Amino acid sequence: MNDSRFAVLLPLRLPAPIGDRSSGGVLFSAQVGMILIAVLATSLAMAQAQGAAKPGVIDLLIKWTPLLAKGFFFNLLISVCAMALGTAAGVLLGMARISLLGPVRSGSWLVVQFFRNAPWLVLLFFVMFLLPFEFRIGTTVVPFPDWIKVTLGLALPIMANIAEIVRGAVQSIPTGQWEAARSLAFSRSETLWKIILPQCIKRMLPPWMNWYAILTMATPLASLVGVAEVMTVTGRITSAEGRTDLLIPIYSYVLVWFFLYCYPIAAWTRRLEARYAER
Amino acid sequence: MDDIAAWFQWLHQATGIKLTIFYDSYDTKRFLQGFATTLKLATYCLVLSVALGALLAGLYGSRIALVRRAVNGFVQLFRNTPPLVQLYFFYFALGPVLPKIDGQPLLGSFGWALVSLTLLEAAFAAEIFRAGIEAVPKATIEAAQALGYSRWQVYRRVVLPLAVRVTMPAMTNNLVNLVKTTTLAYAIAVPELVYMSAQIWSEQVNVPEMMVVLLVSYVAMVGIINQVMHRLEVRLRVPGFGQ
Repeated sequence: MNDSRFAVLLPLRLPAPIGDRSSGGVLFSAQVGMILIAVLATSLAMAQAQGAAKPGVIDLLIKWTPLLAKGFFFNLLISVCAMALGTAAGVLLGMARISLLGPVRSGSWLVVQFFRNAPWLVLLFFVMFLLPFEFRIGTTVVPFPDWIKVTLGLALPIMANIAEIVRGAVQSIPTGQWEAARSLAFSRSETLWKIILPQCIKRMLPPWMNWYAILTMATPLASLVGVAEVMTVTGRITSAEGRTDLLIPIYSYVLVWFFLYCYPIAAWTRRLEARYAER
Repeated sequence: MDDIAAWFQWLHQATGIKLTIFYDSYDTKRFLQGFATTLKLATYCLVLSVALGALLAGLYGSRIALVRRAVNGFVQLFRNTPPLVQLYFFYFALGPVLPKIDGQPLLGSFGWALVSLTLLEAAFAAEIFRAGIEAVPKATIEAAQALGYSRWQVYRRVVLPLAVRVTMPAMTNNLVNLVKTTTLAYAIAVPELVYMSAQIWSEQVNVPEMMVVLLVSYVAMVGIINQVMHRLEVRLRVPGFGQ
């Protein structure tokens, strides 16, 4: 906020107590993680006890970990790209939601409502089936692979929800800020980009992170439209091994991976929310 | 009805827009069956998850630390893992392990979708109810206790009715999410709306038309839910409480 590039009109605010930061070490509630790991361990132990002659389930999991990691990394890549795309489009759509022009406002409202209310899976199907697999620009053929289409499909609902977050945050800024900026001869767009939005960032951060976590948890949907991410890999491994005792451990294993990634984000979001609410 | 069918047939011939669900009786039936399954799944899930969520929210206030931790663990687990992976876990991993009755699996794909979605939504509902319960003023609870209400009676007669009203907007959101999440059941071949539509579009080769129908169906369903819940919210409003 103190960045000199922005002309931010902040009301007088006492500096935050320093003790706030020192308690930041324990983000991860060990208990919850322990429960999950206990489930995994129990199922592993049971499976291990059953299949004495065959290779142990733990060995199998270790054997397949690199492949699963590759799949999981692909999920993360999709989530990061979709989030970047969705945020950029969402901020612009959010600006349209608070436009002074009536038709722009109602048009963007319609877009937001539509993409917020449509199921993610249906949107994915929509994007997968109705976009071409390659583009022709003049004579050059630009390939348009499935994973990029999935990224686009996932970015759509994110865009709509980010737009709502932006609108809500802008409207939560006191009118005095607008008036003060106006009296200092800032234009509307200058006021918005240099004064209002920088103040919104703090309010938007927790819900934005929340949506990132939701998005990450939606990436396995890509497997339903034929993108080889972690669920596809898991399915292939189970059919390659053909062992029923592997099923519970391997699916719990994937659950653990997602949990270890998403839970810290959720915990951090809650902390930020609590901290901002105090002020 | 015949007029509608005739018009859509004419539309197909004139423009190539092929909406077989309006004139092919077999497709109409399949589409409506899909719709019915989606509604059934959503309704059952709603009832079960609200009941389970309320129970869990009550257990959050338990005096036994282990119970509180277990509830918290359950809620965090279901909130922070992908719904699709949960569904696969239940259907592909847990399903085959359960004992069979007369060679029949204990739960079919619909049953597992119901279990999985109920647990997921219950986790969300529990958090929402907990926030609602925390919003009930302490003085109100103390007043009820002073009138000789037991712990359970206070929860059932005072806290819950007030909490339900506070949580209405969040519950509406949750219900909308539930309807949207039922589409995941497609992944385990539950014959719901998306699955049936996919069958229709793969046979009739009318993907764009069915896509639009699907999107419109879901957006309409969610719109109706929003309207109904908003009316309910207005009707249930207690003067002087909330808002």
